[in-house]
Amino acid sequence: MSPQPLTLVIAAIAAWLMIGALGLARSRHFAFITRILFPAGSVVGLAMAVVAVVAMASPPQAIILPLGLPDLPFHLRLDSLSAFFLLLLGATSTAISLYSAGYFRTSEGTAPGLICFQYHAFLAAMALVMIADDAYLFMVAWETMALTSFFLVTTEHRIPEIRRAGFLYLLIAHIGAIAILLCFGTLQGGSGDYTFAAMRTMHLTGAWPSAAFFLALFGFGAKAGLLPLHIWLPEAHPAAPSPVSALMSGVMLKTAIYGLLRVTFDLLTAQLWWWGVVALALGLATALFGVIFAAVQTDMKRLLAYSSIENIGIIVAGIGLTILFKAYDKSLLAAIALTAVLYHALNHAFFKSLLFLATGSVLHATHERSLGKLGGLIHHMPWVAWLALVGALACAGLPPLNGFVSEWLLLQAFLFTPSLPQSFVNMLVPVAAAVLVLAVALSAYVMVKFFGVIFLGRPREANLAYAKDAGTFERVALVWLAAGCVLLGLFPVTVITLLDPINTMLVGASAIRTGESSWFLLAPISADRSSYSPLIMLVVILAIVLLTVQVVHRYYHGRVRRAPPWDCGFPAQTPRMQDTAEGFGMPIRTVFEPFFRIKRHLPSPFDAAPRYEVTAEDHLWHWLYVPVARGAEMLARLVGHIQQGRISVYLTYSFFTLLALLFLVR
Amino acid sequence: MTFSGFLSQLLQLAIALVLAPLLVGWVNKCRAWLSNRTAPSILLPYRMIRKLFFKDAVVAENASSIFRLTPYIVFGAMCCAAAIVPSLATDLPFARAADTIALVGLFALARVFMALAAMDIGTSFGSLGARREMFVGFLAEPALLMVLFTASLISGSTSLPSIVDTFAHRELAIYPSLAFAGVAFTMVSLAENARVPVDNPTTHLELTMIHEAMLLEYSARHLALLEWASALKLFNYSCIGLALFFPYGIVVSGTDWLALLGAAPALIAKLMAGGFALALIETLSAKMRIFRAPEFLGTAFMLAVLAMLVNLLLGA
Repeated sequence: MSPQPLTLVIAAIAAWLMIGALGLARSRHFAFITRILFPAGSVVGLAMAVVAVVAMASPPQAIILPLGLPDLPFHLRLDSLSAFFLLLLGATSTAISLYSAGYFRTSEGTAPGLICFQYHAFLAAMALVMIADDAYLFMVAWETMALTSFFLVTTEHRIPEIRRAGFLYLLIAHIGAIAILLCFGTLQGGSGDYTFAAMRTMHLTGAWPSAAFFLALFGFGAKAGLLPLHIWLPEAHPAAPSPVSALMSGVMLKTAIYGLLRVTFDLLTAQLWWWGVVALALGLATALFGVIFAAVQTDMKRLLAYSSIENIGIIVAGIGLTILFKAYDKSLLAAIALTAVLYHALNHAFFKSLLFLATGSVLHATHERSLGKLGGLIHHMPWVAWLALVGALACAGLPPLNGFVSEWLLLQAFLFTPSLPQSFVNMLVPVAAAVLVLAVALSAYVMVKFFGVIFLGRPREANLAYAKDAGTFERVALVWLAAGCVLLGLFPVTVITLLDPINTMLVGASAIRTGESSWFLLAPISADRSSYSPLIMLVVILAIVLLTVQVVHRYYHGRVRRAPPWDCGFPAQTPRMQDTAEGFGMPIRTVFEPFFRIKRHLPSPFDAAPRYEVTAEDHLWHWLYVPVARGAEMLARLVGHIQQGRISVYLTYSFFTLLALLFLVR
Repeated sequence: MTFSGFLSQLLQLAIALVLAPLLVGWVNKCRAWLSNRTAPSILLPYRMIRKLFFKDAVVAENASSIFRLTPYIVFGAMCCAAAIVPSLATDLPFARAADTIALVGLFALARVFMALAAMDIGTSFGSLGARREMFVGFLAEPALLMVLFTASLISGSTSLPSIVDTFAHRELAIYPSLAFAGVAFTMVSLAENARVPVDNPTTHLELTMIHEAMLLEYSARHLALLEWASALKLFNYSCIGLALFFPYGIVVSGTDWLALLGAAPALIAKLMAGGFALALIETLSAKMRIFRAPEFLGTAFMLAVLAMLVNLLLGA
């Protein structure tokens, strides 16, 4: 008998933990850790992905491990939804682990053995989150995930800003965790049974389902970076080492999406339409907010962090749409929207990991994160540049790459909204589509800025001429992710067929109508309504391009002269005359000025090398977080008055406490 | 896919390739007439392209492959778009592969590559052009999608040939939503094709140019391809507009070669009228400052969203 998928998944988790322990045990052997342990972790990730693909089509399986609390042992369950997110984790971590093998140096602030342990424990915790089938195990895994990632973020813990970013992350992670805990408390409905199986059969009444949903939205939203809890993302991602940023942005944010889907569609039995409206509005606000802020960033990893916020917003908007359709029993449309959600989660994992890893290579080659000091790297780092181009185009949602497919599906779901019972909702959906389209169009702006300023143009600093391309491990990792972006873009029907068991499980309909779609033509409702075939499109464009190249080069001479750039005949040209990141973001900053709290650093007229800097800060930080922090400080100061530091005063407190107790107990 | 469908597809692509420079020539001629100048020959764009093809290409020393690849990619994307947009007939087998959303995606692909190529040399004008082009694009693209969505909602399809089929079969009636969408579409087309009042196709004045700033470093065959591609873009936009708002004359029943013969003069007449209207708009309006462009395009976007809402409210 062949081993069950769930057993294999548990074995993979154990293998990751073992690799981590080995790294801890032999923490002095740097070569052993980077050349053996990280690649081994990568192989485990690949195995996990393969097992997950098999498990997606298999019926759910459950197992109870004799660990955990005496009356609540660890319940594990592997169904299609878990398997899909395990696939996402496995496929992405394959590349990220391999990249880490070439990335980490002995000079990191944390010992390599410790990093190896934290990294693999992080992977194992994420996998455990996805197969947990009771609230206790879920929370244990969730917290392990938060803690390990906190330690990974603060790898360079000697730098105060990084410690600050780490603490902010930890704080928001815990506020979220409290909400999730309360959500599970609501879901068990007073029965005291914290297994998910019991929650599924529990029919909550009154306001309880709504309470559970909004607690989940808040708790998982904190992890995913939904407005207004996004504040940790742009701090933590630049602070973390690049493979960790990739893992956090590509995979960890998706665990929150997994949790939200699990609670909303699996643990809660019925969904109300207005939850969908709230999630849709919140998601779109997040998407627009994220992309507008991404456009004005000057730090490449902050830019990507804001772009992640945008993508999470799109995903949550899709979830909102799914809830809306499911609540109105439009199960086919719900299936399409859910497919778009899952597809976009997978796409985002691939292209955002790719982009974060590319920034890691740039960072290693140049020691520079600020966009204004980069430029022209395509000449020195062609591998990284061309592979990052694939990621950037995918992130910009351009055909025929993968980002476009999920956006196409989501727009289809928006567009074929049949008349819903509420006319208010009917009006809302087109407006929502308009906002979504605006966010997607702006993301192209962001990606042109990202790629153009880093890789194109002339180097803005002299030391960039010594930048070296990525090593072999890093190249293989980037190629794997870029290939994923291309393949996910070219074969949408194969992917959607793979996703279909989840649709059937969560919304009770299949997104694929057999007969209309073939393996190369995607036609969700019917071919007359809408169809899309990236493969044919690519073949036609390539054919036309090749034909044009052939014709041009056959019939006309191929004489090419290299000359200095013309630039309208302007004589003195320096690399400083190119657009900086601030310059490129300027139009967006001007148009959306009320969104930002802008600080300008203007050079004085006597500056020999004037440098104009603008930082655009978040209003929410000043409106929401600073007052709360001040309030907490004030409260602490008030409480501090009690703390006198003299033993006689404390003895007086004890005396009065005793008196009070005597009075009460009597 | 039938063989005759395939032939009709190729024929329409060929017609687009041939007629596109002619349309640019015609618009230039009308502009000259309207401003009391002696008009250049309508064949001037052809001669330009031919002349450019025979010149030596001068490429900047620090240009990467992106710079040399871009003209081909942009040209390929525009040809691909021309294969989706019905000009003579709606029997387009290739349109199955890409609907209106993919069409907008194709335009975006071309735009992104143009902007990247403009940034590649690292000149001040190049990045200025790239920035402005992406700036115009981020508002124009959603507005265009909203216009197309309005049409999709009316016809229940996002495939452009199906939309045109529906529109050509209906009775001559005024759809309020389409009126809004038509105004929005006109505004977007002006912006996307680098026309007055958003951009000026004939200027090389540094402070005002958008599209031309991106082409500054190109020469010879690369420039020829880009010029041809932008002519194709104008042709595509004109055909989308005609197909959505004046679909009369387009062959909708399969591939009937005799009917196609009749559709060709209708297309040319419509294009001439459209080109004249474009020249009229350009002559009558003044170029805007670049920061007025968001207002202009924002209005277009709002009109397009309004069109969608009107469609839902009135069901038409």
